[in-house]
Amino acid sequence: MKDLSVDNLTTIKDLSKSDIKLIFNTADNFKKILNQPIKKVPSLRDITIANLFFENSTRTKLSFELAEKRLSADIINFSSSNSSVKKGETLLDTVQNILAMKVDMIVLRHSSPGASIFLSRNIDAKIINAGDGSHEHPTQALLDSFSIRQKFSDFKSLNVLIIGDIIHSRVALSNIFCLQKLGANVGVCGPSTLMPKFLKSLNVEYFKDLKSALSWSHVANVLRIQLERQKLKYFPSLREYSSRFGVTKKVLDEIKNKVILMHPGPINRGVEISSDVADSKQSIILDQVENGVAIRMAVLYLLAKKIKK
Amino acid sequence: MMKRKILNEKKINIILERLSNEILENHFETKNSVLLGIQPRGIELCKRLYHNLKKLNNNVKMGKLDVSFYRDDFRRSDKIITPSNMDLNISLENKNVILVDDVLFTGRTVRSAFEALLSFGRPKKIELLVFVDRRFCRELPIQADYVGIEVDTLENEKVFVKFGQTEKSVYLTS
Repeated sequence: MKDLSVDNLTTIKDLSKSDIKLIFNTADNFKKILNQPIKKVPSLRDITIANLFFENSTRTKLSFELAEKRLSADIINFSSSNSSVKKGETLLDTVQNILAMKVDMIVLRHSSPGASIFLSRNIDAKIINAGDGSHEHPTQALLDSFSIRQKFSDFKSLNVLIIGDIIHSRVALSNIFCLQKLGANVGVCGPSTLMPKFLKSLNVEYFKDLKSALSWSHVANVLRIQLERQKLKYFPSLREYSSRFGVTKKVLDEIKNKVILMHPGPINRGVEISSDVADSKQSIILDQVENGVAIRMAVLYLLAKKIKK
Repeated sequence: MMKRKILNEKKINIILERLSNEILENHFETKNSVLLGIQPRGIELCKRLYHNLKKLNNNVKMGKLDVSFYRDDFRRSDKIITPSNMDLNISLENKNVILVDDVLFTGRTVRSAFEALLSFGRPKKIELLVFVDRRFCRELPIQADYVGIEVDTLENEKVFVKFGQTEKSVYLTS
């Protein structure tokens, strides 16, 4: 346990189990720092980070920004809605212009799958993927597993269920990779139209029925229906979706085991999860948000360590 | 590797007694005093002083300070920095803090400790206690207030302090 085996965090797939453990242990330390009266450490004070968000984000952007500030980095923010991208500049050109201003690290969110991998091959700065289309969202998966780790001591023989829009969800894919690397069993549940064609190759269990899926699981990660990515009609109506796959108190009362509930946000209350359940003691949704800052601090810190002076 | 024993258990115990009494002399009213061990190697020493002071009916408090994220050699040295636990449940505002570490060498760890502990409030006073003071090696203007033993060393030599249950000794290796 010393350094990460990777130079950029573009996918969970690239990480080894010991990388993930190193990130978790570092995040444990940062969680302590975040409970201090002064929550700032000077580690990254000579590092400049650009947050490039070519796609909307509230939580992830704020969480990264806070993590960077807690580490004393200098930051610049960019969102595509008010930029030259609208004027027809390519991604590589935009980023190279920003790098000319001497930026050391880039946090990138982009709607094209693989955007961060493409950048990491073409430029010098360290890249952190903050979501690339329907491909991966590594820091979300890390913070999800980190939150599970706080509830269960071991991932061995732990059953984690992911419910909902798997085909469009980068959170689902990163979570599947991350959990499997840590030794957990992963199951997915949702309408078969929202399951990717490559589901078989992911080595996950598929449940058609929500109740049997929940009875199998220790933890359930409930995903939002990504209407903005759905160009086709995948199911008849939201109402029908929520009556079959919405997690409600009624369904949870019908099963014997107590399932820990997670949600990466933003929540559509009453669609994929009901309000009473989202706010219940079973849900660790707000712990996830809190852990997000610590995990992102750990990732930034460990990657910055690799920037040679 | 040459290994030379400088102190044995008996001498170490005598020094620990002396250091405890020196602290007591300066911190007679100790309800505002905090022993703050620097992770990882200042902790054992800090615990021993804490127990000694407890025996002397003293109500000093104790905390553990991890300075990993406050170090000034981040990205500059190839040494692997492994963070330890921060364990400090008290505010340091207006407290008399005694920083405790095993060896004082370049002074850079102590400098980072200053920065780290200021995150817990503004202490009234900060003092430094070290078990071994390696003289003539300082890179910063930092001196200890309480010193167990002064040792003159060459730069390539290393000092090892062991405070374990099975073995208590101070070694010099080169």
